[in-house]
This record gives sequence, structure tokens and C-alpha cells, in this order.
Amino acid sequence: MLGLERKDTLLLIAVAFITLFAPIILNPFPAGSALAQFNAGYPDLMQRFVIFGIFAIGFNILFGLTGYLSFGHAAFLGIGSYSAVWMFKLLSMNVIPAIVLSIIMAGLFALVIGFVSLRRSGIYFSILTLAFAQMSYNLAYSVLTPITNGETGLQLTLSDPRILDGASTGGLPVTSLFGAEMRDTTTLFVGPWSWDFSVGYYFCAVLMLLAFYLSVRIFRSPFGMMLRAVKSNQQRMNYTGLNTRPYTLAAFVISGMYAGLAGGLLAAMDPLAGADRMQWTASGEVVLMTILGGAGTLIGPVLGAGFIKYFENIFSKINDGILHQWFAFMPDGLENAMVAVIHPFIGKGWHLTLGLLFMLVVIFLPGGLVEGAQRTGRLFRRRDKNADHVESDAARQRAAAE
Amino acid sequence: MDAILIQILNGLDKGSAYALIALGLTLIFGTLGVVNFAHGALFMIGAFCAVTLQKILTLSVTTIDPERTDFLGNPMKVQTPYVENWFGPEMGATIIDWAVPLAILLAIPVMVLVGFVMERGLIKHFYKRPHADQILVTFGLAIVLQEVIKYFYGANPIPTPAPSAFKGSLDIGVWLGFDPYSIIYPYWRLVYFFFAGIIIAGVFAFLQFTTFGMVVRAGMADRETVGLLGIDIDKRFTLMFGLAAAVAGLAGVMYTPILSPNYHMGMDFLVLSFVVVVVGGMGSLPGAVLAGFLLGILQSFASMNEVKSLLPGIDQIIIYLVAIVILLTRPRGLMGRRGVMEE
Repeated sequence: MLGLERKDTLLLIAVAFITLFAPIILNPFPAGSALAQFNAGYPDLMQRFVIFGIFAIGFNILFGLTGYLSFGHAAFLGIGSYSAVWMFKLLSMNVIPAIVLSIIMAGLFALVIGFVSLRRSGIYFSILTLAFAQMSYNLAYSVLTPITNGETGLQLTLSDPRILDGASTGGLPVTSLFGAEMRDTTTLFVGPWSWDFSVGYYFCAVLMLLAFYLSVRIFRSPFGMMLRAVKSNQQRMNYTGLNTRPYTLAAFVISGMYAGLAGGLLAAMDPLAGADRMQWTASGEVVLMTILGGAGTLIGPVLGAGFIKYFENIFSKINDGILHQWFAFMPDGLENAMVAVIHPFIGKGWHLTLGLLFMLVVIFLPGGLVEGAQRTGRLFRRRDKNADHVESDAARQRAAAE
Repeated sequence: MDAILIQILNGLDKGSAYALIALGLTLIFGTLGVVNFAHGALFMIGAFCAVTLQKILTLSVTTIDPERTDFLGNPMKVQTPYVENWFGPEMGATIIDWAVPLAILLAIPVMVLVGFVMERGLIKHFYKRPHADQILVTFGLAIVLQEVIKYFYGANPIPTPAPSAFKGSLDIGVWLGFDPYSIIYPYWRLVYFFFAGIIIAGVFAFLQFTTFGMVVRAGMADRETVGLLGIDIDKRFTLMFGLAAAVAGLAGVMYTPILSPNYHMGMDFLVLSFVVVVVGGMGSLPGAVLAGFLLGILQSFASMNEVKSLLPGIDQIIIYLVAIVILLTRPRGLMGRRGVMEE
């Protein structure tokens, strides 16, 4: 289907199913129950899941396929956001032109930065991309203030021209897709559950599915094959007389455009853009997402992005009170001891847990969560097979005895 | 002329910090071949050694002084640090005042220990893995160390003043025949510069003039052959990791009066130090030191008002700009050896 093999089609359908029903799947606990705080099915967070999913999918096209570790991808995210907000200010509140411009701008910047950075590889490439991203960040903060509005961040104002929309009346206009407002949310109550279906989320989700489909096609194409060859041995490729630069540059630009799309979507959901989005910690975050999920795998980056964003928004809200509830069944002394031990890792300390988890993944599971799942799967399968052997052996012995 | 001189002086203290961190990074890379993204965290831990010592020294006992009363007429509670009780008030106050330099004594064993644990516990397992994996795992470690420090010391910067003997500034201009007050330079920055010079000279002398250093240098050049000669080079390289950690830690300890330590100072310095290492040439110790001072001074020149009015924003990007130009025109960096990390 759609030019995909059977396995990939199944994966795509599974991803589509999960994203489309995410508002239901992510809200497994009834509203108002004790566990309701673990519900991740509110629009703001779901949008982050898919947007950072797009960002990580794009990063994976570069890092997962070619092995070039960019430490400056957040620059493209920021550029995407700034261009989208400018489009909202100047042209129209419709999200389509904004997103188109953010993809184009990010692509152009990626072309320039990639052209220069890809002349080196290995750690030098990482440092070069880092340097470019930090330059953009510093410039956005200081000299480019007329364009980026410096520390305050770029926001919509009432006096913006918005040529296509005409003069706005009343308050600030909101982003929309041909009239459908991005912040529109329908809440469905089924028994004790409540599910939020938001226009903005579904817009992002559809784009993420498109982005995911495109990345599957890239992974399975001859072009993707070439990129893998670059990863495994670039020197050999060069010796065979093949110039790898255009391929890596294409991969860099594509992943930059993905980041631009993600940045544009961030701005479309919440029309403001700040320089923080370009800081190198943001670049580090996408690296974490991709590695945690599994670099070089199709679904890994999406998983990683979801995992980290869930951690950031849900795990960080667990506090001592909740822990005391959980361990209430223990004797008092033990309960307090448990809470004291776990305390540094929860709430504000979620970064610590994330860092530890990340280290464990890099040390023991270089393939990320996906490899973890595969290994567990294989373990079960092998055990079944062993069991079969045992049974057949037993049957043979029985037969021999008779 | 005095304007130029003051910019050079201003660049020296930041340049010293860059040079010290870059020196440690290069030591680790040159010996073990590991790209250590947690090196900034070591700098930070050093700085927090100073904070810890300051806290320990100012631990106080509360006594009631019946002869004095507070404004309500009750006997006044007086907090006296234990040190003042033990060594007498004057001596105690002096010890507290000198907390930052004294922290060097605490930082050396702590940092060497941290370095050993890091190398034996984690980095040892990453020699054979690709550089990308080394970057990632040490990046994770940096996050963990940073969060641990944040948990114990909070997110706010903690002021750690220099000894009062070094407060104030020196009027260097007068010495050199300029007008008074034309070149004013804080004493502590001068101390930092000399301290950095001593450490750097010490490391180089250690490598150059001791048998141990000679073996290490031989190992850096050709690890396999040194191993074949029956020398346990791994053990020596582990020691070098401890030394590099100590250098970063000492740089952190002495930097605390210039910049109040906070939990993310390591990351801030790390990014720039990596740029410094790459500019100097991966694996070249003199290159790292040279590039550190050079970039520090360049940065301070770029923040002159005259330059800024000519090229707005140049002070923000100068280091990165230089790094990009150098990497593209001279991939080995300023003093890199042929064949190290070259593709």
C-alpha cells in the first residue's frame, strides 16, 4: 500500500491509529480520579508530542541514516517559529502560508549551514553545527532584535498589518485553518471519562503522519540506502569514485526542513517565538529524544519524543504528597524512608531521572527503546522455542520408552 | 595604547579559564582518545568544592551572651563559627576569609577521586565505542552531575568572595607610565591569571621532565608500542584522567570569586571550551592553551565599543566565527598534529 512493504504499511497504520485516537488512549483514567494527573490527553501536551515527534523524525533522517551528529538542530526549529510568526503578523492568520514559509526558510538556512558544516565530519561536524546554532541564538538575542524582538520574544500585536485578513476587530486574532480555529476543542464525556478533541492537535497529527510516511519512504529508498552506506564507511564510498557530499547535504536539508515544520507548528499552536528555542540545550533535547527512542529506527524518534515530553509534563508533577499516598500501605517509618529515597528523582528532579535513563540507554541499549522492545520480544520467542524443544524431546523419549 | 592593553588584560582571566578547561579536555582526548562532554561538569564540581568548604567553615554554634541584649531586652543569641572557637576569633575570621584558596586543598583529592571513579566506572567501557557514543554518554553524565548539584545546592548562584586581601583593584597604568586610573585591574583576576600560569606550567613540566610524563607522552604518540614494551599504560592514563579532572576542578575553585557558582556554569563553559580545543587542534596541549588565551582576548577586543559600533553583535559571535573559519581553512586547528581525528 502507498508504495510500502507489508511490514512498513502495518507500522504506518499502527502509528496512524495511535495518533488519531490519542485523545482517548492517553486519557485512560477517569477525570477526577486519583490517577487523573497521569492523563496526558490534553491538547497542549498532545500537540507537543506530535510536534517534537516531527522534529525527532527529521533529526533521525540525518543522524540515524548518515551518522552525522548535529548539535545545532534547534536553530532550524527557532527559524521556523520566527518565520511563522512573521507570516501571522504580515500576511494572514491562516496557518498554511506560515508553515510553508517556515519550511522554506529552515531549508534555506540548512542549505547554507549544511554546505559549510558537511565539509568536516565526526566531532568537527558536531562542533561546527553547534557553533552555527549558538551564533544564531546569540544574534537573535542581541543584534537581530528588530526581527526577533530579543529577550521578549516575537509576539502578535493589534497593529500588525495582516494584509489578507484586513483590520481585526476586538482582541488579538487566533491562528486558524480556513476558519477552523486551532484552539477549538470539543470535549466528549463518556461516563466518568472526558476526552478533548482539538483542531490544532489533529492538524499537527495529520502533518506528523505525512512526515512519518515520508521518512519511511526515505528509509526504504535507494537514497536512504546511500545514506546508510555513508554511515558505515564513507571513505570506501569516496574511493569508489562517488561524491557523497550531495547526498549528505540533501539529508541535512531535509532534516532541517522537518525541524522548520516543527518550529512552524509550535508557532501555529501558540503564536510566539523566543530565542530560547534555538539554544543548544534545545538541540541536546532532540538528540536525547532520538537516542532514547532508537536512532536509525523508524518509530524510535517518535517514541523518544513522546517519552521525554511525558516525563517533562507529567512525571515532573509527582510530589511527595502523592508518593505518601502510594506508599500508605507500608508502616510509617518505611513509608517515609521510601519517599525520602525517591524524592530527588521526581518532581523538579525529573531531569536527574532523565539523565540517568539516558546514560543507561547509551551504555546498555545503543538501539534505544526500540532495541529494548526487540530484545524482550526475542527473549520470549526463544523461550517458546526452548519450550518446544523440551516438549519434543520429552515426546521422543516417551516414544523411545514405549 | 592603554585601551588595547586593558582589553588584553580583560581577556586574560576568561582566557585562563578556557585554557585550563581545554587543557584538561585535551589531556583526556590525547591520552584516552575519549571526547569528554562531562568536563564542564568537573569545572562546576570544583567550583562547588569552594562553596562546600565555605559552608563548612561558617558552620556556627549558637550561644547566649548574657552581657549583651537585643532590642527586646532579652539576652542576645550570638552565632560563632566553630573555627573561631577553636582558633580564636581573629585566626578563625582569617580562615573563613581565605575559604576559596583553602578550597584548593579540598578540591585536589575530591577531583582526583571523581576522575578515577568516572574513568574506571564509566569511560573505561567506552574506549572501543564510536566517538558519538562517548559524546552521548558523557553528555548524559553531565546532566546527572548538574542535577545532583542542583538538588543539594539549589538553583541560585552562591556568592563566594575572594579573601579581603585581594579585594579592590590594581592601578597597572601608573606602573607603565600611563595616566592614573587609565588601566584598573582587579587583584583577584591577576591572581587567577598567575594561578592558571602556574598550573599550566606545572602540567607541562610534569609531562616534559618526569619519567612518568615521558611514558605518558610516548603512550600518546603510540599506545600499542608502549604497551608492547611491558608498560601498563592504562594505569598511567587513568592517572592522567584524574590529573585532568583536578586541573578542571582547580580552574573552577579559583573562578568562584569572579563568577558566583551556579549549577549550569559547567555547561556554559563546556561549549566554549570545546570550540577552544577544536581551534587549538584536537590532541595538542600547547594548542589548547594558546587557543584558550587567544579566544579569551579576541572576545574581549570584540566587546570594545568601537568594534561593536562598527560590527554590531560581533562580541556575541566572535568565538564561533573564528572556530568556523579555522575549521574550514585549517582542519587540524592551530597546532594539531597530522592524522589526529582527521578523516
